Amino acid sequence: MTTPTLVDLRDAWQSGRRSAVELCEEALTAIAQQDAVLGAFNTVIGEAALARAASIDRDRATWAGRPLAGVPVAIKDNLCTRGIRTTASSRILEAFVPPYDATAVAKLQAAGAVIVGKTNCDEFAMGSSNENSAFRPARNPWATDRIPGGSSGGSAVAVAAGMTTLALGSDTGGSIRQPAALCGIVGLKPTYGRVSRYGLLAFASSLDQIGPLTWTVRDAALALSVIAGGDPADATSAPQPVADYLAALTGDVRGLRIGVPTALIDGHHAGVDPDVASKFGAALQTLVARGARLVDIALPNAAAAIPTYYLVATAEASSNLARYDGVRYGYRAPADGRDDLRTMYRRSREQGFGAEVKRRIMLGTYVLSAGYYDAYYLKAQQVRTLIRRDYDEAFAHADVVAMPTSPTPAFRLGERVADPMQMYLADIFTVSANLAGLPAISVPCGFTAAGLPVGLQLTGRHLDEATLLRAADAYERDAGWPEHRPARVTTAAEPA
Amino acid sequence: MPAGFSRAEIERIAALAHLELGDDELDLFARQLGDILDYANQLQQIDTTGVPPTASVLIGDEGERADLAVASLDRDAALANAPDGAADAGFFRVPRVIG
Repeated sequence: MTTPTLVDLRDAWQSGRRSAVELCEEALTAIAQQDAVLGAFNTVIGEAALARAASIDRDRATWAGRPLAGVPVAIKDNLCTRGIRTTASSRILEAFVPPYDATAVAKLQAAGAVIVGKTNCDEFAMGSSNENSAFRPARNPWATDRIPGGSSGGSAVAVAAGMTTLALGSDTGGSIRQPAALCGIVGLKPTYGRVSRYGLLAFASSLDQIGPLTWTVRDAALALSVIAGGDPADATSAPQPVADYLAALTGDVRGLRIGVPTALIDGHHAGVDPDVASKFGAALQTLVARGARLVDIALPNAAAAIPTYYLVATAEASSNLARYDGVRYGYRAPADGRDDLRTMYRRSREQGFGAEVKRRIMLGTYVLSAGYYDAYYLKAQQVRTLIRRDYDEAFAHADVVAMPTSPTPAFRLGERVADPMQMYLADIFTVSANLAGLPAISVPCGFTAAGLPVGLQLTGRHLDEATLLRAADAYERDAGWPEHRPARVTTAAEPA
Repeated sequence: MPAGFSRAEIERIAALAHLELGDDELDLFARQLGDILDYANQLQQIDTTGVPPTASVLIGDEGERADLAVASLDRDAALANAPDGAADAGFFRVPRVIG
């Protein structure tokens, strides 16, 4: 059975075969059937979505030719949506209704997409399992006793479970790619700056990037072509022209040099599961059979990427999250007798933030504090330079770099919550692309013996999403993984 | 570099971060922050002599943008999410600052 892709739904509306209302009703039905179990959405806006779909159907003259006209989409709940509650899965923003749209959201709307809801995530995008949501965990549609990954877990579940064919996520250290890998779909983190961050609730401003989660590489290319581009509202956005990503998907990878950091992947620090290693190796051979060449590369400082990342990201987070103080928006603690400003700040933040967010604010505050700045924060920023140089060196010999996305498949809910360090270590293959600002994509590359999805990660040169997408698409054509879909998860099928 | 944190030190960091942590959290974070920083200390083994820090991965400098006045957020909209907004006066209300 072939399930429609984003491109299919776009074509169906453009040709007049399907109405936007029909597509929207199907998405809402898929959500209604499955989301009590899967927990993909924090907010579903059924009536507003149907009204918007109807207006697109009525005004065909306006919307015909727009790249996503009539197509239902989901938005991670840390992206501002005007008039639609935006919580970042945090109690502190539980009632926040943004007065403006994030630029990426506005671009989707201008392209004719129909937002059906806001997806669950780890609180303020801090986590790798979606278990840090203040509201509820999300569940993996391939095995509902397992995590979907994070932090864009709800976005990955929405796409994997066939609720929408596109969801936006954000990726600070792997938060698009890792859940995409664990849910068996495609997740693309563009080059830092390729997509405007205006309206993204900031976690770590030098690392954050918005990107699409989809079933196919072609769908990711289509989505990126809509949301990419410079933006006057984000001074860190890249003003360079946006390439024609769909035209880049030629299927031709003859002569393409794929760099493989063998020592890193085989090293005991990485802890790569044998099934993951074998699927990764097979994926590389598929690309070789199409004419690509494998090149061994070093990335000597890649093992230091995790401590570097957790110092830089938490330092930036402690600064960014200072804005949640109970004054202009968000939760304010009741006065409780001690009616002074400082107490109000402290109690509001204590009651409004969850444990992982507080842990990271504490760590970031410490590494930026007087006496420790040089030893931790400055040192990490210097190692960050070495990691960037490693990639510069690698790209002198290779056109893309290949690694598994996650060293292990999806783990069980609750398995790692007591040990944050163990959770952090699983980010070994994803964080360095954020530290270096490079584009990276995860594509499905098979299943473990237990039937859990495995992801292949490719990393590209700065602003060279075209080559990255071409390589990923070429692999996908031969591998055919998009035809593998999980069964519908209904409330009746929930395990104990 | 401290291998672990005293409770007093965790309280000091919490005060800097404007967090009023409970007893359980003070003990938990004292242990967990110690564990994380012990792990992060591996960075000290890397020779970074003469290596400049990376604060931004942007390539190229866009220079300054034009100094143009543009419309900003409407005042009522800006106050709409305030826990204690004074819409008539156009203020955010906060507890007393000066005694």
